[in-house]
Amino acid sequence: MSEHRFRSLAETRWRIAVSLTAVMVAIYFGFILLIAYNKPLMGRLLTRGLSVGVLLGALVIVLSWVLTWVYVRWANTHYDAGLDQLRRAEAAQ
Amino acid sequence: MIILQATQAPGAPAVATRIGEPNAVAMVFFFAFIAITIGITYWAARRTRTTEDFYAAARSITPGQNGFALAGDYMSAASFLGIAGLVSTTGFDGLIYSTGWLVGWPVVLFLIAEPLRNIGKYTFADVVAARLRQTPVRIAAALGTLATVTLYLIAQMVGAGGLIRLMFGLSYETAIVIVGAAMLAYVLFGGMIATTWVQIVKAGLLLGGAALLALMVLSKFGMNPVALFAAAADKYGAGVLAPGKLVAAPLDAISLGMALMFGTAGLPHILMRFYTVPDARTARRSVFFATGLIGAFYLMTFILGFGAMVLVGPDTIRQVEPGGNMAAPLLAELLGGTAFLGFIAAVAFATILAVVAGLTLSGAAALSHDLWVNVVRGGHASPAEQLKVARVATIGLGILAVVLGITFKGQNVAFMVGLAFAIAASANFPALVLAIFWRRYTTAGAVTSMVLGTVATLGLIWLSPTIQVDLLKHDAAWFPLKNPALVTIPLSFAAGIVVSLLTPRQEEAQGFVQLERRMHMGALEHEA
Repeated sequence: MSEHRFRSLAETRWRIAVSLTAVMVAIYFGFILLIAYNKPLMGRLLTRGLSVGVLLGALVIVLSWVLTWVYVRWANTHYDAGLDQLRRAEAAQ
Repeated sequence: MIILQATQAPGAPAVATRIGEPNAVAMVFFFAFIAITIGITYWAARRTRTTEDFYAAARSITPGQNGFALAGDYMSAASFLGIAGLVSTTGFDGLIYSTGWLVGWPVVLFLIAEPLRNIGKYTFADVVAARLRQTPVRIAAALGTLATVTLYLIAQMVGAGGLIRLMFGLSYETAIVIVGAAMLAYVLFGGMIATTWVQIVKAGLLLGGAALLALMVLSKFGMNPVALFAAAADKYGAGVLAPGKLVAAPLDAISLGMALMFGTAGLPHILMRFYTVPDARTARRSVFFATGLIGAFYLMTFILGFGAMVLVGPDTIRQVEPGGNMAAPLLAELLGGTAFLGFIAAVAFATILAVVAGLTLSGAAALSHDLWVNVVRGGHASPAEQLKVARVATIGLGILAVVLGITFKGQNVAFMVGLAFAIAASANFPALVLAIFWRRYTTAGAVTSMVLGTVATLGLIWLSPTIQVDLLKHDAAWFPLKNPALVTIPLSFAAGIVVSLLTPRQEEAQGFVQLERRMHMGALEHEA
């Protein structure tokens, strides 16, 4: 029972880690590929002084924050609670 | 005894600046920093009795403190001065670096930080070797660590010498010796406790200085960054807000991006920081703080770079130093006078000192904990002996850093930071990920992937345009990419997987069950 719960928690942790890493890779390399292959788009001005490229660059940093926040929030609530449950279950045995 | 040189750097600028002259305020700030950090070291030395104190600050650092310390270890003077300079002279192209240096941190959080803290003790080799054969794995891991640390050290020391000569008017060799001596004092006597606090003080100064400078810039543009960018576009054309020549070759950009993103998760001095906190939960929270601080810092480089472009001007910046590295100091002088220039100069010096200390400590851990204690002594060395060997290794690395700094004087070593990241990404990162997440990983697979990752990266850099064309002035290079990470990261992963599959080890796979438990639940009482 406890072994089963551990497996499912470990698998969830792994799935979330890999998904979030994939999102981060997609964001950053998407930014780089746009710079490499669509320079006119990146240079287009949205308003005086703000190009698509500058906005997306700042957005890469902001999205890095958001992704770390998402993970920390999940881990602080669900992952830690799951681990605590497992520890209690094992201590009771 | 400090010898002041009133002479200016060669190619003395016609620009009205006091950069390159001895600056009393810079001296005062710098010696205040030295005095405070030596005081911290004295305090820390009395608390450094065991190897756990020396390598891991008695695992007593809080998440907020470790967030600052991680940021301090990571934000080198190269990123402060270099990126601000690049943005001020190229505009948007510089921003590509600002983002690249941050994106590795979420990866550290998702894949590495918590398992590392739960499985290891002092070095990342602890994690790779956990269920594999100690001797070969630790030798291979030490190779990757020492290669990364040495290249990073060369880049920092040469940068320090040049920078300090330019800013304080000290001779190159004097600057190198001061950095070497102060760093040795911190690490040797205060170990990780002193090194951590030096990083925290430095990160506070660097972030505070950059924020103050950014606010002073923004105050000239109604506190609106977009107005600043618009002023830059008005003055130098809309091209400064668009991609320029930097990413002419897409594969080069992707390869460098891979080195930065995955290299961060393989830097020995960064990984070692996760052992200074009490548990995996604090390790997780400390990366959250670090990502916030480092991201804020790189966003500020947008403001500082464009601020220097508009207020100082790219031509003036290049005239003072062709690489553009003096953009932020010039901006500080313009907005806050000689006193603020002095403060920023002292912050840059403190920055280098702190990074060098962190690197030396992680190199010393690889030499003493991995090679001496676990390979030579088979894991059985008295605590007193371990501490003694760690200190001898520190002295050795300190002397090496000074010698390398003087040897490489005048060389263009900027590429070595990219190379250090490439090795960390190709040797250390794949081994860590496979050891943590893949049951069938074997000793032979780990050793092959780490050795091949290191050797292939060094070999391909040698054959790349960076060395063959830029340094040796040949017409062409055998290998087309400036940074080899695009090839060497997949190569190292593939080698680790293929060799592991060819050498299946029943007992090593069985060890994974326990490792996986420990990775999530932490060490049990009797194991710790």
